[in-house]
Amino acid sequence: MSVQALFFAAYRDLLGTRALSVELPEGATVADLVATLRGRGAPYSALPVEPAVAVNRAYALLSETLQAGDEVAFIPPVAGG
Amino acid sequence: MALVREPIDPAEVLARVGHDEDGAALLFLGTVRNHADERPVTGITYEAYEEMAAPVLSDIAGEAAELLGTDRLVVVHRVGELTVGEHSVAIAASSPHRAQAFEASRYVIEEIKKRLPVWKKEHYAGGRDEWVAGTTPTAAGQPAGVEERR
Repeated sequence: MSVQALFFAAYRDLLGTRALSVELPEGATVADLVATLRGRGAPYSALPVEPAVAVNRAYALLSETLQAGDEVAFIPPVAGG
Repeated sequence: MALVREPIDPAEVLARVGHDEDGAALLFLGTVRNHADERPVTGITYEAYEEMAAPVLSDIAGEAAELLGTDRLVVVHRVGELTVGEHSVAIAASSPHRAQAFEASRYVIEEIKKRLPVWKKEHYAGGRDEWVAGTTPTAAGQPAGVEERR
């Protein structure tokens, strides 16, 4: 299945991309997505092991199981206001 | 509750609250200042995960309205490139008594800083810029209580 990974602010600058389609096995979790990306080597390996994430625009746990087509945003430490 | 690209008009935001029942109306403005840790700042670029920030802002406003006891609460957050003196956020609240207005207004700005998916890049005199170290949101949308420095 494929999911859409989104990167903002410092993460987007790090990777040089805002969005990426990633192939994962059925039943994969957010943590599996993070491990898959980090396993690609630099610059992906510089992503945190346990980043804050949102799945389909709501904050989610790394243990959450993903579905095909999910939007997974990597959320750097926020600094609004 | 809105994310906007255009400059915020504080008077317009304040004018959207208030009622004959209300004895208190408050306006909070977040403003770009000319320094950060003694470094001269010339401006800040705000970036949002807009599709998520809009509903999070509505959630925060809904929680604050419970503290306020009225629905007379308006929150506007700006994104894009701001210069010194421009307003990044405006919060207006009105209620029959002042305590609720202060409490709700404070709640909104603190929750924005903890969980609104917005980031800011400070631009320094001399041309350098840097993403500002922020707060890591937790899965429940509540603060981890840890300030990350990069």
